[in-house]
Amino acid sequence: MITIKNLHAKIEDKEILKGLNLEVKAGEVHAIMGPNGAGKSTLASVLAGREDYEVTEGTVDLDGEDLLDLSTEERAWAGLFLAFQYPVEIPGVSNINFLRTAINETREHKGQEPISAKEFMAMVREKSALVELDAKLASRSVNEGFSGGEKKRNEIFQMAMLNPKLSILDETDSGLDIDALRIVANGVNKLKSDNNATIVITHYQRLLDYIVPDFVHVLYDGKIVKTGGKELALELEEKGYDWIKEEIAQ
Amino acid sequence: MTEVANNNINIKSDLNVTTLKVSENDKQLALDVLNKTPLPTTRVEAWKYTRVAKLGKIDFTNNKATLNDVSSYLIDDTKCSFVFVNGHFSEALSSQEIPSGVSIRTLSANPSELNNSTIKLEGEVFNALNTAFLNDGVQIDIAANAIVETPIQVIHILKGDNIMSNFKMMINASKSSQATITQGFFCESGENNFCNSTSEISVGENAVLRIEKIQYESEKTFHISTEQVKQEKNSNFGINTFTLNGALVRNNLNIDVNGQNCETHLNGAYLLKNKQHVDNHTIVDHKVPNCESHELYKGVIDDNSTAVFNGKVFVRPDAQKINAFQSNGNVLLSDSASINSKPELEIYADDVKCSHGSTTGQLDEEAVFYLRARGLSEKSARHLMVAAFIGDVLDKITNENVKTFTHNILKERFDWDF
Repeated sequence: MITIKNLHAKIEDKEILKGLNLEVKAGEVHAIMGPNGAGKSTLASVLAGREDYEVTEGTVDLDGEDLLDLSTEERAWAGLFLAFQYPVEIPGVSNINFLRTAINETREHKGQEPISAKEFMAMVREKSALVELDAKLASRSVNEGFSGGEKKRNEIFQMAMLNPKLSILDETDSGLDIDALRIVANGVNKLKSDNNATIVITHYQRLLDYIVPDFVHVLYDGKIVKTGGKELALELEEKGYDWIKEEIAQ
Repeated sequence: MTEVANNNINIKSDLNVTTLKVSENDKQLALDVLNKTPLPTTRVEAWKYTRVAKLGKIDFTNNKATLNDVSSYLIDDTKCSFVFVNGHFSEALSSQEIPSGVSIRTLSANPSELNNSTIKLEGEVFNALNTAFLNDGVQIDIAANAIVETPIQVIHILKGDNIMSNFKMMINASKSSQATITQGFFCESGENNFCNSTSEISVGENAVLRIEKIQYESEKTFHISTEQVKQEKNSNFGINTFTLNGALVRNNLNIDVNGQNCETHLNGAYLLKNKQHVDNHTIVDHKVPNCESHELYKGVIDDNSTAVFNGKVFVRPDAQKINAFQSNGNVLLSDSASINSKPELEIYADDVKCSHGSTTGQLDEEAVFYLRARGLSEKSARHLMVAAFIGDVLDKITNENVKTFTHNILKERFDWDF
């Protein structure tokens, strides 16, 4: 699905990613954990094509496409989805109208017909139910006046609507109460298939009780320094990151 | 021909003092003002950000012109449509099915002398010019208690080069009447044309009057409008001004709220690109208690264009219980676009609720990124953001035909699909 090789990226003059390697196959869930400032959100931003970051070295291949060569929207059309750590409020822009435009532009890019109004509305009903998002919220201005939990549910709702190949959830669990967390995780699990993959970036092992990863990676100082199964997350939760830092130092 | 001062507007020998029945007092005063008043410079506070010197360098003339087809300028499909080309009435292009309760006459067909101007002439070059060289215009009278469903449409088109058109609308909405007037300003062709328009509007007791005004001339056209509105008690007046093209556009909107329990709604949108300059000056003068006014102006400013907003609200000493709200928002789409925004409140009463605010910013790049990350092209993302910004002003248009027309212009001129 996605192969990241020796990825280096900097913002202004600060190098954040320093040779990151990661391979995610279809059907897999990968968790990326790591201390603050390790580069977790930078990785998400670089993959989504945020222009503040400059990639200085390395390659990213998404199903045969050179991801780094694509604009942000082209990455979305290629099947990449980023659930934002801080979903943006956009007053005046209707959530479902913009999603419809997004879906239709993706379809147009693929040479498909636009989605019919009927089909679209049916999809909105189905997918909003998946994350228990009130249909009224779905049609309001993007994230405007949404609670933290509603914003994150809206991210997963949009993910469901766009049906991406690879989803990156950037700290989607941060700040959620356990009910909202369950709803979000449940949505993600239902969307999981053999044809898609998920990268979950998180601080907290707790999320991984609900979204069970196939692999857990530790990102530290711009690189993946350790990879294990879900039990690694428990170990990190218990012992923190210092032992990893020591391991590396040796 | 009449000579006017050298430092003023150049009037070519074929430009004549008006032959309309403008009151003799006004005409003399206007000529006098023209003779002794230079064009305003940016040292004059009211013109601080708008340079009109170029108007003094054009040899203006006023030729009649004809058009074969007016359909693209008809905002509304109403059968009551008065069309003027270069300030002259075109019977052929107009349709005169006048709704009952309404009397409409061109000023040139008016048999009696026009009332004294309610528009200030002293020191006001453009108003004086309009009065002294008035080409034509319309007088619209809405009878008492008439509820006019059919929109009344007044269209002004410029065609030619160096044309100066002095045009006037006089509207008298009598007691308890209700009507909507759609006004459009366009330019068929040519450069250095100048439309100098005035409106005198009287909104009688308990009357409701709405004006939808669309300015869509050209990037080589100058336009100055002055609207003088007076409101009697219990009346409700609203005007939506959409400025969508024009090299230099200046709108003066002066509202005298003379009676109690009035409502005033002023909305405006200005969308500029290239080197356009648009200046909206509004004054709402609350002279008596228990009234409310709402003002919302928004601008989208691109390329090297500049906009000016100066909104003034007066609340006079005895005008208690006034609710006056004024808001101006601007989005700059380029680094070289600029806006001078000056909301002003002058309050002399102590029991009022007034607010004003001005915001200027760029499109939220984080929001643009968010939309793109969901699969909107950069262009669509920016359009959507602009549409969202300007949308609440466009939503003030209640007439669907006007709305559609405006949206078509936005598509044509800016390639914006709203």
